[in-house]
Amino acid sequence: MSEKKMNLGKVFMNGVITENPTFRLVLGTCPTLAVTTSAINGLGMGAAATFVLLGSNIVISALRKVIPDKVRIPSFIVVICMFVTIIQLVMQAYLPSLYESLGIFLPLIVVNCIILGRAEAFASKNPVVASAVDGVGMGLGFTLALTLIGCIRELAGNGSVFGINLLGTSYQPMLLMILPAGGFLVFGLLLGIINSLTNRKKEGAK
Amino acid sequence: MSLILSSAPHVRAKDNTQRLMLNVIISLLPCLIAGVYYFGFACLIPVCVSVVSAVAAEFCWQKLGHKKIRIYDLSAVVTGLLLGLIVPPSAPWWMMVIGSVFAIIVVKQLFGGIGDNFLNPALAARAVLLASWPALMTSGYNVGKFDAVTTPTPLLSSASLMDLLLGNVTGAIGETCKIAILLGFLYLLITKTIRWEIPVITLASAALLGWLLGTDPLTTVLSGGLLFGAVYMATDYVTTPMNSLARYLYAVGIGVIVVLIRKYGSYPEGVTYAILLMNIAATLFDRIPVQRIYGHTNAKKEGK
Repeated sequence: MSEKKMNLGKVFMNGVITENPTFRLVLGTCPTLAVTTSAINGLGMGAAATFVLLGSNIVISALRKVIPDKVRIPSFIVVICMFVTIIQLVMQAYLPSLYESLGIFLPLIVVNCIILGRAEAFASKNPVVASAVDGVGMGLGFTLALTLIGCIRELAGNGSVFGINLLGTSYQPMLLMILPAGGFLVFGLLLGIINSLTNRKKEGAK
Repeated sequence: MSLILSSAPHVRAKDNTQRLMLNVIISLLPCLIAGVYYFGFACLIPVCVSVVSAVAAEFCWQKLGHKKIRIYDLSAVVTGLLLGLIVPPSAPWWMMVIGSVFAIIVVKQLFGGIGDNFLNPALAARAVLLASWPALMTSGYNVGKFDAVTTPTPLLSSASLMDLLLGNVTGAIGETCKIAILLGFLYLLITKTIRWEIPVITLASAALLGWLLGTDPLTTVLSGGLLFGAVYMATDYVTTPMNSLARYLYAVGIGVIVVLIRKYGSYPEGVTYAILLMNIAATLFDRIPVQRIYGHTNAKKEGK
């Protein structure tokens, strides 16, 4: 069988920038909005999703010729579930405070549409190495986006980033930013800024 | 005698955005004067900061975006003035800057500028400030003549009807003196800047529901920011429905939600949220058909 030669660097950057799951594909918005109240939560959520994405992409890609087409979605879900259970138990054991603050959104990674989306769109059609690179790239893109949103919200809503106070004690935190409404606001504004920047770039290229 | 040949319209009104906005500004002056009388000259600081930063935000946005500079239509001044009048007298200046910039940039310009915002900018900014700095927005009313009063809003204390009418109570800068608001309302009606239906129906429905739930109707109408909201906020051209039936329902909705929030909500006052909620619903109300179009039949009925 002839395997398509792929530019692995391109596959990787595709996940981080070109098709950034949060800002370009707008997938997985539920954890994006819910857990990004602080930078560390965003980073933790991103790392957990990256682990699951890497594992599930590798396994699904390896099994892509075994899994019958008609039952592929349940099969993908079972594989994803396995990795989510692993990360959940590991996090509960070694990072209990992060586990507490991520709460229900950690087990909900199972139904995160980025992971199922990559399994369906990439891993089930491509060889193992490319799928692994795609998983890491997408995961990193998701992590970067979540950490960025988390930093902005934590800075405005709490005066700190990663728990380190940056704005001094006289800063009066803008509580809205760590409320759900602030999540929507920051996400929407970032989405708008990034889209207008990329549109400008495209116009410039023309 | 020179005869002008031109196509319609032949009768031109002098009204333009600038003129209408000037009317609103004039009608707000009694409220501002009453605010200064009760809270002292210090209350001019939040109002002035708010107006200046709203105009500056609009100017910068249009300048940086290479758009036509439209600050002379005075709409930014109205937004800033309204925001300045619905905050506590001791609101810090930096909070007013954030509020005005949010109102102009996020609520108004990002949605397409004047005429395209789906929320009232000043009210949306107040909601943001209230959610962000609840302590600063619900205290700080005890300045000027109110050394002894410690309750944050008159809804929580028992003030006499006369005090409520004159504005001898605590509250936001522009909302306390009901006589000043009524003067402004009268001016807006005489100049035909707004129509009477929305404020009157809002107040009536709030009074009626409040009365059914056991509150004195006059107290309902005169306390808190209901009168100010009904006259200046609920009548915003952009965020109200287009046809009359929809307008009446919109006004009833505001009155009902205000009373429900006051009675059962966890906030003491609900005018801001009531009007914002109905702003969002305004486009839905516009789908209510007013009139059956002649010759147009309902496709569903025909099918049966």
